[in-house]
Amino acid sequence: MTVEQQSGPVPGGAVPDNAEPRRLHPLTPVARGWKAMAVVIAIFGQHAARTQETRLGVIVAGCVFLVALLWGLLTWAFTVYRIEDDDLRIDSGVLFRRTRHVHLGRLQAVDVVRPFIARLLGLAELKLQVAGGDSAEGSLAYLRESDAAVLRAELLARAAGVRPDAGEAPERPLVVVPMPVLIGSVLLSFASWLFLLPTLGLIVGGVATGNMALLLGFIPLFILAWQFTVGRVLRYFDFTVSESPDGLRLAHGLIEHRHQTVPPGRVQAVRLVQPWLWRAKGWVRVEVNVAGYGGGSEDGSENHESTLLPVAPREVALGVLGRILPGVDVDAVPLTAVPARARWHSPVRRRKMACGADEKVFVARRGVFRRETDVIPHAKVQSVRRTQGPLERLLGLATVHLDSTPGPVRVTAPLRDAEEASRLVDEQAERSRIGRRGEGPHRWSSLSGGSPERIDR
Amino acid sequence: MDHALAPPEQPWHPVSEQLFRVRRFLLVAVLVPLAVAGGVLAWIFVAPWLGALIAAGLLVATGWGVVALRRNQRSWRYAERADDLLIAHGVQFRRLVVVPYGRMQFVDVTAGPVERRFGIATITLHTASAATDAVIRGLPPEEAARLRDRLAERGEARSAGL
Repeated sequence: MTVEQQSGPVPGGAVPDNAEPRRLHPLTPVARGWKAMAVVIAIFGQHAARTQETRLGVIVAGCVFLVALLWGLLTWAFTVYRIEDDDLRIDSGVLFRRTRHVHLGRLQAVDVVRPFIARLLGLAELKLQVAGGDSAEGSLAYLRESDAAVLRAELLARAAGVRPDAGEAPERPLVVVPMPVLIGSVLLSFASWLFLLPTLGLIVGGVATGNMALLLGFIPLFILAWQFTVGRVLRYFDFTVSESPDGLRLAHGLIEHRHQTVPPGRVQAVRLVQPWLWRAKGWVRVEVNVAGYGGGSEDGSENHESTLLPVAPREVALGVLGRILPGVDVDAVPLTAVPARARWHSPVRRRKMACGADEKVFVARRGVFRRETDVIPHAKVQSVRRTQGPLERLLGLATVHLDSTPGPVRVTAPLRDAEEASRLVDEQAERSRIGRRGEGPHRWSSLSGGSPERIDR
Repeated sequence: MDHALAPPEQPWHPVSEQLFRVRRFLLVAVLVPLAVAGGVLAWIFVAPWLGALIAAGLLVATGWGVVALRRNQRSWRYAERADDLLIAHGVQFRRLVVVPYGRMQFVDVTAGPVERRFGIATITLHTASAATDAVIRGLPPEEAARLRDRLAERGEARSAGL
């Protein structure tokens, strides 16, 4: 287990004076620049090996190294951060000064990421996801691991509206994905075999014919095969979902370790995905939209920041769902199918299309082979759309979209009866209006069932 | 219209006919010279009948495009309700967007050089969702300004956290 279990106040006792500017860890240039350095060394190494002329290579590589180190140190020296009231302020830039204010009231999630090299050096990157951000909004790379944990606790406490020295909130593990299940989920995947089989075939063929040079042309295929199989196992290694008053915590990764904290009420929409081959096992994957994690890619390949559970039995997944959307029972929401005449539009897919709503969430289901269930709380709907193409118009059908923040989950109710779709849009607008009224406050410590013991301190 | 929605307290507003004129201008400015050039070149270098065919084809396409643009402009409409703004448009591909005032993050008013010349502007409503496709084209500038201020005011009053 790599989950940090820290509690108790910040070392040092009293509330630290946070307006004081702080610096990143001095080893930051090394952790950031090693990739570029490796490339330079590789290029010159190759050059030297080919031309037998080593002196020039060494001199140039040395100069590049010195300049890079100097630049890295300058960047480090010019980067400071401090906490001012409700903002985390980051000043950076050597030539062009840049000041970034991350408003903690709009904090959507906090990630502590530790790439391989940073882990060796005992460093971690703190990433703050803020609503409306496209890229990592506020990123502090790199801090000492313990400092990152302390700072995360402090930022979350400030965002929650409790005392900043309340310390790390205690966390309670909900789900740990066992290794055999994770490996099984990768083996029971079409995508894995799609890339794995040709790869194995090529390697066997290459070894048999002794024509290894041929294999070089297929390196992109090998990379894909690696990413879909071993890469996934490494990424989701020891995937742990825990619960704390600060929200849901996800920790995973063997080489690059990632620890995500999503505060309560920050999940915009949820999707349960069941690939065809997982059906016999009853496994599902859970993906979420969190404002700030962004869209990832459109083509259905998963954005690992948005993965709440890479694989779990359906009941377990529903249990976790009940934690992020309290009082919601997805299976109890009454769903209605699409009209039979939708067969002229989508003869097969229409059989599995259904949608419905209860007083808290809207649920849409679809997928003949790969089954998907999309869930969006009424209060989180950004806008409602009704679209109708020529064929749909001919058949008297229409599609309703419930727009969420960018992310893997897109909620649509396709091919509804046109009249029903209009009614649905209207009802949804009304439900969302009521839902927004009942929304919890921004500072989640004032939510009922928060963590009174932390406020008292 | 086939939108069986709860009636907005204010009627649906149409957009300016200038939207049609701008688009017609752009369409004609591109397609007619193309028809002439293509027709003449084909007439000279290939065969007269091909030149006539190309020119006629492009001119028919232009005519059809003008009719389609007219119908499209007429399909644009919007309505302000107590808590949300409705925007509907499209003839072949119909769409209706409901944007709650409380979900608006910001409102853009834009007008390109051609649009400005024809005296219209475009309003875009942005929510936290990238899928929200809430655009009103072809608004007279004073109406665009009025709507922008009104939306800003209503958004302020009903603003909700994410």
